Amino acid sequence: MTPHHFLYLATILFGIGLLGLTIRKNLFVIYLSIELMLSSVNLILATFSRANNSQDGSIMALLMIAVIASEASIFLAIIVYLYKSTKTIDTETFTNLRNEESI
Amino acid sequence: MSIILALIVILPFISSMVLASLYLSNLKIEKKLYNIIAVTTPVIVTILTFIIIYNSTQHSSSYILESYLFNWIDVGEFQIDLRFIADRLSVVMISFISFIGMLIHIYATSYMSDDDGFGKFFAYFHFFLGSMLLLVLASNPIIMFIGWELVGLASYLLIGYYHQGYDNITSANKAFIVNRVGDFGFIIALATLFISLEGNGYEFIDIKNSISLIDNHTLSIIGFFLFVGAMGKSAQLPLFVWLPDAMAGPTPVSALIHAATMVTAGVYMVARFGFLYNEIPSIGEFIAFIGISSALFGAVVALYQDDIKKILAYSTMSQLGYMFVAVGLGAYSSGIFHIFTHAFFKALLFMGAGAIIISLHHEQNIFKMGNLKKYKPQLFIVMLIASLAISGIFPFAGFFSKDAILSSAFLNHNYIIWGVGVFVAFLTSLYMFKMLFIVFFGDDKSYDNIKSLDKTLIYPLYILAFGSIVVGFLGANEAYGGSNSFSSFLALDEHIQHSSHKLEYILALISMSVSLLGIFLAYRLYFLPSQEKSYNKFEQIIVDRFYIDRVYNIIFIKGLRRVAIFFNNIVDNKIVDGFIDGISQLYLQVAYNFASSQSANVRYYALYMIGGVSLISLYLLTIL
Repeated sequence: MTPHHFLYLATILFGIGLLGLTIRKNLFVIYLSIELMLSSVNLILATFSRANNSQDGSIMALLMIAVIASEASIFLAIIVYLYKSTKTIDTETFTNLRNEESI
Repeated sequence: MSIILALIVILPFISSMVLASLYLSNLKIEKKLYNIIAVTTPVIVTILTFIIIYNSTQHSSSYILESYLFNWIDVGEFQIDLRFIADRLSVVMISFISFIGMLIHIYATSYMSDDDGFGKFFAYFHFFLGSMLLLVLASNPIIMFIGWELVGLASYLLIGYYHQGYDNITSANKAFIVNRVGDFGFIIALATLFISLEGNGYEFIDIKNSISLIDNHTLSIIGFFLFVGAMGKSAQLPLFVWLPDAMAGPTPVSALIHAATMVTAGVYMVARFGFLYNEIPSIGEFIAFIGISSALFGAVVALYQDDIKKILAYSTMSQLGYMFVAVGLGAYSSGIFHIFTHAFFKALLFMGAGAIIISLHHEQNIFKMGNLKKYKPQLFIVMLIASLAISGIFPFAGFFSKDAILSSAFLNHNYIIWGVGVFVAFLTSLYMFKMLFIVFFGDDKSYDNIKSLDKTLIYPLYILAFGSIVVGFLGANEAYGGSNSFSSFLALDEHIQHSSHKLEYILALISMSVSLLGIFLAYRLYFLPSQEKSYNKFEQIIVDRFYIDRVYNIIFIKGLRRVAIFFNNIVDNKIVDGFIDGISQLYLQVAYNFASSQSANVRYYALYMIGGVSLISLYLLTIL
């Protein structure tokens, strides 16, 4: 098990997250994809920490988990609010900022 | 004395301003007041002129009276003074300008008496008189050029005096614009002259003294372009087109400006630059050639005109051609002498024509006149005298001056010019007497109440008629018992060829017999009651002045218009505007394309963000 394997895995997870972010319409799935990408980054941090025998990466990873948790609470609150006002969580419907003329 | 000389030029300008401000002041002004000012100023100017002439005869011929006013331009070496000089040449010029000008002013007070713009007319007229005197008395070419331009302006204002008619305005514009072409030549000549003199003199006298500094080639260029200026002002081929149209102005204007004075400015200018033309005889021959062509052209076209003033206009052009023959061949005093006599009889012809026109209520077609001898015998007599004078019949004025020109052409061995000149003399008597016979003899036409003429209208005609008879004797040479007093008074720098009296008599006999032949032919053709006849194809070409106007129209007016349309439609609209419109269209298109990326779709925004971060990361990766 070399660090390369962990890095490959992190890249694959990030790619899946990116793909999910761009092609899915469901807000929850988009949220999950973002979480997946953040986790893959966390994995990379942990991997380098272990590989270089340094604790910096691990501390960073721990801090990021805290950030992700707080972000999750805000994200979920927004989703709940959007659902309450529009009765949908399809991102295609949220186009209030579009300039109609230019299309 | 020098104050008097300055006053001659300044007085007309002052009275012009007074008249103009009276006219513009909206005050109810008696016509009498205008009359007084209009006549007094020329009378004073004439008296002052006679004092100057008397003074000039008391001194030697090289005496020059100067009158310094002020320094006009003062830039380093470039010093232009406003200074008037009266040498013999300019004294002769101002003598007839002010004297005939005075007579025409008196005549005009009657001629224009029914006109509303009475004050305006005389303001313009005095302005012209002052400008003409400025031109003649100027001591350097630049001041002369100012006078030259001012007479052009006065001519423009007076041709367009009846500005209610569109055609009159067009004629005025035409005169002004055609004269610009000539003035352009004048400016080029002056600039070349001053550049090649390199600051050695701006006054005529200094230029004369340092003329040898300039090589012959440059002198030819200067001489040629000066003559282009003279061509425009003096209505020579090919810049004559404005003169016939200038007859749109009131008849006193035609008499003063377009016959007696302004149009002779070109001849005067060539004589004034005589010291320059003496160095370049080839240009002189060119001038003589243009002059004789214009003489022939004017005479032929005059033969086929119906309008009495147009006949006289072409006749003026033809006589001016004679003068250019004289000055071109270096016989300056003969040319100036012809200006002098021509001023008398041509002013008389115009004023007589004006009297006919006004008594027939502005009828100008000679075929609508006839048998006027019965109604206006006094007009017939003065017109007969003037016609005899212009035809060159002994002993009237035109005989001596025309004879002097033709014999100088003959003695210079320019036999072609002499022959054409004699032929033109024949044509001159033919068209003059054609006009005279048609107007004064023949059938009565139906006239509705012929207007009677004022004394102020008639008396100047008598004075001029007297002048047309006697002034010729001033310049009669030895062959006729005279003493050549005119040319010896002028004392110009010229080589006068002396001929035997016998040759002189033979030449005079030839030119006089062809003139008599012309009169006889006119008698045979036109004495009987004549109708306005239609012209055949060939004659129609002459009536249309050989289509020169039309050619100018096609080349200059239509050509320029086409270029302007091309620039308007293609260059401006398509190329310049197209370029600018294209740029703004490009920006709009780019902006629309960018705007469509702002689709308000969250997923795309996320993608852009990721893309941007990736690019920055890649960049950092490459530089680190």
